[in-house]
Amino acid sequence: MAEQHITGYRRPDGRAGIRNHVVILPVDDLSNAVCESIARTIPGTLALPHSYGRLQYGEDLELTLRTLAGTGANPNVAAAVVIGIEPNWTNRIVEEIARSGKPVEGFSIERFGDLKILSTAAGIAQHMLQDASELQREPLEREELTISIKCGESDTTTGLGSCPTVSQAVDRHVNAGGTIIFGETTELTGGEHLIAARCIDEQVRRRFQAMYDAYIAEIESSGANLLGSQPTQGNIRGGLSTIEEKALGNIAKTGTVPVVDALEPAVAPTRKGLNFMDSSSAAGEFITLMAAAGAVLHLFPTGQGNIVGNPIVPVIKITANPLTASTMAEHIDLDVSGLLWRAYNLHEAGDRLVALIDRTINGRLTGAESLGHREFVITKLYRSA
Amino acid sequence: MSQGEAQAVEQIRAASAPKFLIHNEGDSVAVAVQDVAPGEGTAVYMDSDRAVTIRATEAVPLGHKVALVDLEEGDEVIEYGVRIGVTRQPVQAGQHVHVHNIRSARWQNSI
Repeated sequence: MAEQHITGYRRPDGRAGIRNHVVILPVDDLSNAVCESIARTIPGTLALPHSYGRLQYGEDLELTLRTLAGTGANPNVAAAVVIGIEPNWTNRIVEEIARSGKPVEGFSIERFGDLKILSTAAGIAQHMLQDASELQREPLEREELTISIKCGESDTTTGLGSCPTVSQAVDRHVNAGGTIIFGETTELTGGEHLIAARCIDEQVRRRFQAMYDAYIAEIESSGANLLGSQPTQGNIRGGLSTIEEKALGNIAKTGTVPVVDALEPAVAPTRKGLNFMDSSSAAGEFITLMAAAGAVLHLFPTGQGNIVGNPIVPVIKITANPLTASTMAEHIDLDVSGLLWRAYNLHEAGDRLVALIDRTINGRLTGAESLGHREFVITKLYRSA
Repeated sequence: MSQGEAQAVEQIRAASAPKFLIHNEGDSVAVAVQDVAPGEGTAVYMDSDRAVTIRATEAVPLGHKVALVDLEEGDEVIEYGVRIGVTRQPVQAGQHVHVHNIRSARWQNSI
């Protein structure tokens, strides 16, 4: 199979993106309205409204700020306008995005009000958009790209077909020198020993195990009943019976390569290869964390039909469930249900996925992008003060 | 492909395709890859490509599991070569295996 050329945008910090967004990033919920006004005034810019950013503290605050700054710094973003109610946290996010070398401007609403901020910031956003429109795609090497993986609304077809197909792409991308991030800490339960065994050294293994143990302890200490939550009702309808069975399908997408690092949530990988990130398995939260860590593309195997997207990261949906492929066709980018009746083998399914990945990298919109799925969801660790 | 050709391909596919896939040699369950009525059908091991004939004694929907061996109450259920849970009650080979007769061995507050 001929290797397709892949192209994208090389950013000043050396990282490469495959989209070229100008984002209007609120620091807090109060700033959503003016950010959305700016995006309406300057069509082509992208507002990223979310629900948090006030009265958070400690680790929860750090994760929110890291998520926002990482989103602005993501290589799929050409430039960012950051708006918060007050200057302190706003400036902190602006400074962190500025370290990526891309254009970024911050505004705080207090002492000005929405309308003055709108007129000033919209002008800045307009210039950023015009400048970004002149940036050219250039040929990229695969090793420059960070791709994240997570499945959702899984069923047994996920473990039989769509996850092993993603596994093919993972191995090929890592062997080409690229970076992959996976996570879903609690959804490794029953197979966490398989991941631990793949950690590249004792230090990474200990870090991974500590993250896993802490997450499980947190859930168990809540005393909550996970009935109907893990596995989800959709999982059960699709034939998955236990968390262990779900986990093994999940792990089937991680390829065969070693796990080179265990990352805190929303932290950018520093090592090429397969990275684990401590993360929730909720689709919107997960992809938001991955985007904040610098992932520029997400591969999403689904069984019963999860429809998640992300504002700045294309999400490619792969299913091996023929019912989902036919009833939810607009959400599915690649149907590999032929694997179930052995119409082709996994290697061939992998070829099809890699070909679609390349077209998506080069600009083809995913189903989720074309349908306007822009779930931007901050992971909240505990309630605000 | 014309509609007639597509139908012909579909018929050939339905006749030759396995009814079940099994992840690993040694697994105690197979997964239905089409809606299966009670009766005999082909099951293929994904790791060894070995094909076997198995009998389902109950209807098994697409994506659901069937027992390949008799299991006592509390026995481990193996899929992917790994324990996916334990039985809540005795399960005979050919029976539908799901949340009604197996549960997680790990999470007491789950199913």
